[in-house]
Amino acid sequence: MDIHEYQAKELLSKFGVPIARGGLAYSPEQATYRANEIGGSVWVVKAQIHSGARGKAGGIKICRSDDEIWEAAESLLGKRLVTNQTGPQGKLVSRLYIEEGTQIDKEYYLSFVMDRGQERIVVVASSAGGMDIEEISANNPDSILRVVVDPAVGMQAFQARELTFGLGVEPDLVNKFERTILGCYRAFRDLDATMVEINPLVVTKERSLIALDAKMSFDNNALFRRPQISELRDKSQEDPRETYASDRGLSYVGLDGDIGCVVNGAGLAMATLDMIKLAGGEPANFLDIGGGASPERVQKSFRAVLKDSNVKALLVNVFAGINRCDWVAKGVVDAVKELDIKMPVVVRLAGTNVEEGRKILAESGLSVISADSLRDAAEKAVAAARQASNVTA
Amino acid sequence: MAIFINENTPVLIQGFTGRIGTFHAQEMIDYGTNVVGGVTPGKGGTTHLGRPVFNTVKGAVEETGAEASIVFVPPPFAADAIMEAADAGIKYCTCITDGIPAQDMIRVKRYMRRYKKENRMRLTGPNCAGTISPGRAMLGIMPGHIYAQGRVGVIGRSGTLGYEAAAQMKELGIGISTAVGIGGDPINGSSFKDILEEFEKDPETDAVLMIGEIGGPQEAEAAIYARDHMTKPVIAYIAGLSAPKGRTMGHAGAIVTTYGESAAEKVEILKAAGVTICPTPGDMGATVAEVLSRLKKVA
Repeated sequence: MDIHEYQAKELLSKFGVPIARGGLAYSPEQATYRANEIGGSVWVVKAQIHSGARGKAGGIKICRSDDEIWEAAESLLGKRLVTNQTGPQGKLVSRLYIEEGTQIDKEYYLSFVMDRGQERIVVVASSAGGMDIEEISANNPDSILRVVVDPAVGMQAFQARELTFGLGVEPDLVNKFERTILGCYRAFRDLDATMVEINPLVVTKERSLIALDAKMSFDNNALFRRPQISELRDKSQEDPRETYASDRGLSYVGLDGDIGCVVNGAGLAMATLDMIKLAGGEPANFLDIGGGASPERVQKSFRAVLKDSNVKALLVNVFAGINRCDWVAKGVVDAVKELDIKMPVVVRLAGTNVEEGRKILAESGLSVISADSLRDAAEKAVAAARQASNVTA
Repeated sequence: MAIFINENTPVLIQGFTGRIGTFHAQEMIDYGTNVVGGVTPGKGGTTHLGRPVFNTVKGAVEETGAEASIVFVPPPFAADAIMEAADAGIKYCTCITDGIPAQDMIRVKRYMRRYKKENRMRLTGPNCAGTISPGRAMLGIMPGHIYAQGRVGVIGRSGTLGYEAAAQMKELGIGISTAVGIGGDPINGSSFKDILEEFEKDPETDAVLMIGEIGGPQEAEAAIYARDHMTKPVIAYIAGLSAPKGRTMGHAGAIVTTYGESAAEKVEILKAAGVTICPTPGDMGATVAEVLSRLKKVA
């Protein structure tokens, strides 16, 4: 789960990470009010969306007067900001973070990730802050420092010091860096984060240290024990199709094609999408209906997939292990009737009681297309979607 | 021989008396697995499915001599259950539970390192369908009847895609020595490479099919191992060609974050290491058949 910059800063500051003064605004009035509250003569108006690279997309504006703040806020709020990470549909800006202007002297990069190869938390730092880590690795790979944290004892102060001195930090700021690094680590550990990124971490002209931007992501599997993190979820930043599905306990990822997919098991679901692509079609979604393809879950899945108006054909692929194919077939037939589905539905069943399952589909009187292998199912779905789009065109 | 489990392996069920544990324990017993008992804290001293229930894994191991265990314990307590098994001297443990926090798994892996390699429990999963040595023993939740007994090893992250492969192979008359689920989580007990090592040593396995997916470095690591250390042919399929970068595809670990983690890149790495790639997920059985027929010709 991702959160906004202002939320990440609020969390991190509780762990001793220094941040600039700022406040949240939902309207131009609030934005100017916040600026006055903060004081000073330069402010930064920052669009809050779940994406990096906001600056390049025009989502961060430096302002020197109430009028400029008003104008910046008005131009950003309600807009869909398109960055190189959001896709062409962009993300809705409904919150702004107004922050005091900072006189930057030097920028650093600092991040904490779950390293899957090492199976440990790894801290990455660079003195070439301000660019994203891909750019740093391409342009300035020698500046990248890494420290691996032993989970038995956690991050040690000497490790934070090694990073600090490795970054070439001047003596008057060493303690501040060390505290900031250890604070981020504790936030990562105690909140079940999967990523903390401070980019840039800046030294100001006044010789203070500030986390100027902050990004955090969290382990969905740990949200059950982090209610304070779950509350930070902002559904306006998600694909509405995905929100609908996840609220119903389905694992769904929206894609751009026209073949809606309902599959049991994540691996088989991915393989089904692959097979559609290889057969010359485009899947509209990934959907894992999960264990036990009960009639209720089949129906819920159909509803979720049909939320996407691009869908021209449905492909159901269930490998019945614990549950039986006849039961799954009945669920499919009921769902097609109940939801009055007119588009072609290709169903591929495999596993226990497959013959009975196919019989139920054949005798249903519905125009359900039965397929007997993964390849057959994908080819039939691609043909059906093509035909359906020819008819509508 | 197969690997990890056979018809004699005494098996313990952790989370024995729950709804899911009960259902699958019965399936395993029906398959012929030597289930010697189970653990549910607080229900020790009772009997369930005709087998004794214990409060602790240690107690169960002392009484029954259990060597393998399967974990059905819910996510908040699963890491603890795995460490308990490791501490009690269980040799092989598979964890079915989906949804264990990644930091819990990091702790489990670190904890297991306190044992010398030769005494260290082998863990597979979490978030997997378990392990089956067809015709001998099933330590998992798979439909046993779709697996034919034979001489091909299978390693996969996904449950149902593994079933798909087993069914395709059975249709072509190809059997399996052992099928091992390593699970869809980012931090797992054993990697593809770990299991390849076991299959390479197993005299009853002639070739290995590995079913990978997007995310993480384990397929690439396995490619290098296969190239440098394996005499047996390896066949691979990688799921997730159409997965967009940065999105989690169902499995917590199925996410492309960096170079080398996409399906296309993994396929390239495996190909370069001499691994035979299944062109589509519909060809897993056929590709294995082709590789086996080449083996026969050589022999």
